[in-house]
Amino acid sequence: MNEITQGLAEAGRLIFSLDPDLLEIVALSLRVTLSAVVIASAIGLPLGAWLVVNRFRFRRHTIAVLNALMGLPPVVVGLVVYMLLSRAGPFGVLDLLFTPTAMIIAQVIIITPLIASISHQTIRDLWAEYHDLLISLSATRRQRIAALLWDGRRALLTAMLAGFGRGIGEVGAIMIVGGNIDHSTRVLTTAISLETGKGNFAFAMGLGFVLIALAVLVNLTIHSLSRTERASVW
Amino acid sequence: MLQSETAQKTVHNTILPLTLTGAIAKIRGKTIVGPINLTIGPQGFTIVMGPNGSGKTTLLRLMHGLQRISGGTVTCGLPDAQARVRQSYVFQTPIMMRRIVVDSIAYPLRLRGVDKKTARTKATDWAERVGLGHALDRPAPVLSGGEKQKLSLARALISGPDILFLDEPCANLDGRATREIETILRQAQAEGTRLVMATHDMGQARRLASDVVFMYGGCVHETGPATAFFSGPTTPQAAAFISGDIVE
Ligand SMILES: Nc1ncnc2c1ncn2[C@@H]1O[C@H](COP(=O)(O)OP(=O)(O)OP(=O)(O)O)[C@@H](O)[C@H]1O
Ligand SMILES: [Mg+2]
Repeated sequence: MNEITQGLAEAGRLIFSLDPDLLEIVALSLRVTLSAVVIASAIGLPLGAWLVVNRFRFRRHTIAVLNALMGLPPVVVGLVVYMLLSRAGPFGVLDLLFTPTAMIIAQVIIITPLIASISHQTIRDLWAEYHDLLISLSATRRQRIAALLWDGRRALLTAMLAGFGRGIGEVGAIMIVGGNIDHSTRVLTTAISLETGKGNFAFAMGLGFVLIALAVLVNLTIHSLSRTERASVW
Repeated sequence: MLQSETAQKTVHNTILPLTLTGAIAKIRGKTIVGPINLTIGPQGFTIVMGPNGSGKTTLLRLMHGLQRISGGTVTCGLPDAQARVRQSYVFQTPIMMRRIVVDSIAYPLRLRGVDKKTARTKATDWAERVGLGHALDRPAPVLSGGEKQKLSLARALISGPDILFLDEPCANLDGRATREIETILRQAQAEGTRLVMATHDMGQARRLASDVVFMYGGCVHETGPATAFFSGPTTPQAAAFISGDIVE
């Protein structure tokens, strides 16, 4: 109990003193996860919609696999990306291991199935509603996907936020591919892991509270931005 | 080359006539409608009537290509790809996109590559024609039932179709709105749009029909010019239907 109150006090101190190390860590956390969310959305949202409007042989299987991939263990993803990017691996020449780019790659792999799967479910419902109209108007496949993504954008934001939540709190993969290097690849979760290992529980708790505050802040910002757009009828 | 192409276009300028030959619609192995033999000629206003569940909606969907055909053929004067964009359909239950009224009406034009500004200007015109001029910025899903049907009609007519299918478009409208819609439909007819409409409203059928298709038990039970149909139906079911009796 004592450590939790100390943690809170530590979090307050870190935030209000604008600790430069903390700011650096927070900035990198945001940069890595937001980049990963943007890239994963660019892949996952159209993929989710594409799976709805297309009938093909292994569609059900593809969707089942996608749903299963939502639970992909980050450590395993980290390991695979590590092997691909290491000196001896196929992409070793790119020299990306232990860089923020490597961390973004790992998170994209973790988040994309999540965003694709959630958006698929949302878009499927909208497609059931729009189906006859879009067929009647002979919208092309691309136009159908565009209409579904645009008209479903509010619900799709939730999918993106879920992706952000998974990424910002993730530690297994980025620890392996980033290496938790001070002033280079250290983010909030890996820092917490490190401080806990060193026995600095109060400091680790402090970072933990900062992490939670950050997640809440991002969610609130996005929601208020989307709500101001227009009346909340859909 | 170019010249002969232009000449061809003038010859096959429209998708009409639309011809169904032994057309059958099956859903999960069960025949819902057909076999149907019917020709929708180049001009006129066809009214499709018949009791609930007699297959009016399915017949319209079959002609429009929304219902997969399980037997027979539906042919028209243009290749399939071109035929599609020359038709419009107003659904029995309006489908509202999650957009504001003006953008919903403009949507078919946007799909055809018309720029946003032009599309909106035309959509505003159409909104005013159907009496939605006051609701341009309102989200389409919050409109009343009748307003949704007016929106559907504007959205269907904005692309200037060769043929327009309407499935009970006035079911939720009051008397005045019904008359307004009828006026718009007559105008569309005068501008060269072929109309095929399902309705339960006998008065409306008498006012608008040039010919009637009477559906019964999934088949075309009786068809012919409106005057003949209303003055002397040849089948007892049609006679009972016209006089308002319950058709068994
Ligand atoms: N998807 C479907 N699955 C099973 N049966 C269907 C389906 N669609 C239509 N039917 C059946 O086909 C028959 C004809 O339906 P349809 O909707 O064409 O009738 P309708 O003449 O338009 O009736 P209403 O006047 O009530 O609109 C009905 O008995 C209906 O239950
Ligand atoms: Mg019907």
